[in-house]
Amino acid sequence: MTVSDGQDELEAQFAQWRHYAGRRPELRQTDVAELEDHLRGSVDELIAVGLSPDEAFLVAVKRMGGLDELAREFAREHSERLWKQLVLTGDGDGPAADGHRRALLAVVLCAAGAAASVKLPGLFGLDLYQDGGFYLRNLSLFALPWLAALLAWRRKAGPALVATLAALFALGAVAANVYPLADDSQSAVLTGIHVPIALWLVIGLAYAADDVRSSRRHMDFIRFTGELLVYLALIACGGGVLILMISGTFKAIGIAPGEFIGQWLVPCGGVAAVVVAGWLVEAKQSVVENMAPVLARLFTPLFTAVLLAFIVAFGWSGTGIDVDRTALILFNVVLVVVLGLLLYSFSARDPEAPPGLFEKLQLALVVSALVIDVLVLLAITGRITEYGTSPNKAAALGENVILLANLVWSAWLLLGFVRRRTTFAALERWQTGYLPVYAAWAWIVALVFPPLFGYL
Amino acid sequence: MKVTKDLVAASATPIVLGILAEGQSYGYAILRRIGELSGGQLDWTEGLLYPLLHRLERLGHVESSWQAVAGERRRKYYRITDSGLAELAEQRRQWDTVVEALRKVWLGPGEVRVPTALTMFPSGGTA
Repeated sequence: MTVSDGQDELEAQFAQWRHYAGRRPELRQTDVAELEDHLRGSVDELIAVGLSPDEAFLVAVKRMGGLDELAREFAREHSERLWKQLVLTGDGDGPAADGHRRALLAVVLCAAGAAASVKLPGLFGLDLYQDGGFYLRNLSLFALPWLAALLAWRRKAGPALVATLAALFALGAVAANVYPLADDSQSAVLTGIHVPIALWLVIGLAYAADDVRSSRRHMDFIRFTGELLVYLALIACGGGVLILMISGTFKAIGIAPGEFIGQWLVPCGGVAAVVVAGWLVEAKQSVVENMAPVLARLFTPLFTAVLLAFIVAFGWSGTGIDVDRTALILFNVVLVVVLGLLLYSFSARDPEAPPGLFEKLQLALVVSALVIDVLVLLAITGRITEYGTSPNKAAALGENVILLANLVWSAWLLLGFVRRRTTFAALERWQTGYLPVYAAWAWIVALVFPPLFGYL
Repeated sequence: MKVTKDLVAASATPIVLGILAEGQSYGYAILRRIGELSGGQLDWTEGLLYPLLHRLERLGHVESSWQAVAGERRRKYYRITDSGLAELAEQRRQWDTVVEALRKVWLGPGEVRVPTALTMFPSGGTA
């Protein structure tokens, strides 16, 4: 090996190090250059005392300490840089800034597209308030395709996947619009609930575009969903404040902004917010501690207490569950929330960590949810045998059966995990593998139920 | 013997300002100078030095510029400012106070301290 060979190799190693260090959000280009100069000084000195370039580089990098630790120190000094990730422009230098601008442009385009699509039916004479049923059924079709487009663009999805996404959204549009449903029919409400669920899982497809089958990506998508809901809630709060201010200040000068707020701000802002929230989750991913899992940890004990209290009260009072529409929906919501809590605490968990008190608490939560699910199922089947079936009851029955299956197996796996018989990964795989079941059921309710029940 | 982390952190600012008061310098040279000054006893890392230099720059105590000194690579040099010199003087006053206090507590060999505690509390209490 000649000396110049060693030099070339060394330069390649520096280039690699530069690339690696440059990806850290805590370090700017100038910091990386400064640290590289330091590294070079260290390498020169080591070569001078007789080490080979290769050895010198290794020792110098090792001496510099882990990049993680270094970056942490930089982060402590420059805490504002972590927030910068959220800021709309980049550092203003290098290709990263260019990428930032392109990403921002894509977000703005998609958000504007969503806002425009919610106003589009207005051109054909459909009024937001007089034709509320139409807008309700199609709500997810205004926002979600744009979010999917943004995600697919970010993931550089292949043409086959893009075609699949487009086909599924088209199917969603068919489900929402082709059936002759009265606005106040049970099927219309069911469609309004199930089309968004089905399409949300299409978003999952776009989200996992780079690796559709990976269960880690599915878990990431679950995490993404939770974070997005947190962001949406925050944006909605901000939007509420904005509306209050607009209506207050404009009324004070004699202009009534109600028309603008109702026809433009709320619908356009609402659908655009979904796209923006999705982008925010993507943009700040690695920066701030994930919020949804933290909330899940916080609320798991509280929900466990409430469910146990409900079961005790149910046993005490001896009355049955009143199976009207709102009660059914409420119970399903409770079970879905339980599942959500379970999923989000999973997604925040270190898969290697041994079972602890929290997992026992989760087991208690799942078992109490299971008891409630059985009670609801008994009530529904009782009503169906007595009064015959309806779209609502059939949909609720199906959902409760699906949730029951999930909860039973989750409880079993959790029990095994607490007793150290099964691994945590098995639980995670079960949950992520179950996602298509929800999607399938949502499509069935949206596509098959209306004709099945005679458009009731 | 290595100097503890807390002491290294506490003395970091006056040492860096003191070194820069000798003349402008860059990161690697500063770190080497610290090693020289302390006979290798002060355990400084890059994670301590660079963020500190950036903080001092933000506070206006030092200025930085990318320069190419003849025959050397282009690198980022730091220079102490007037405000940095004032800060150094202030830090020096504080350290003098600390060092003086320590000197009074740590008596030299052969010196005898009057056991004040015992004369004040003859009953044996040492509090």
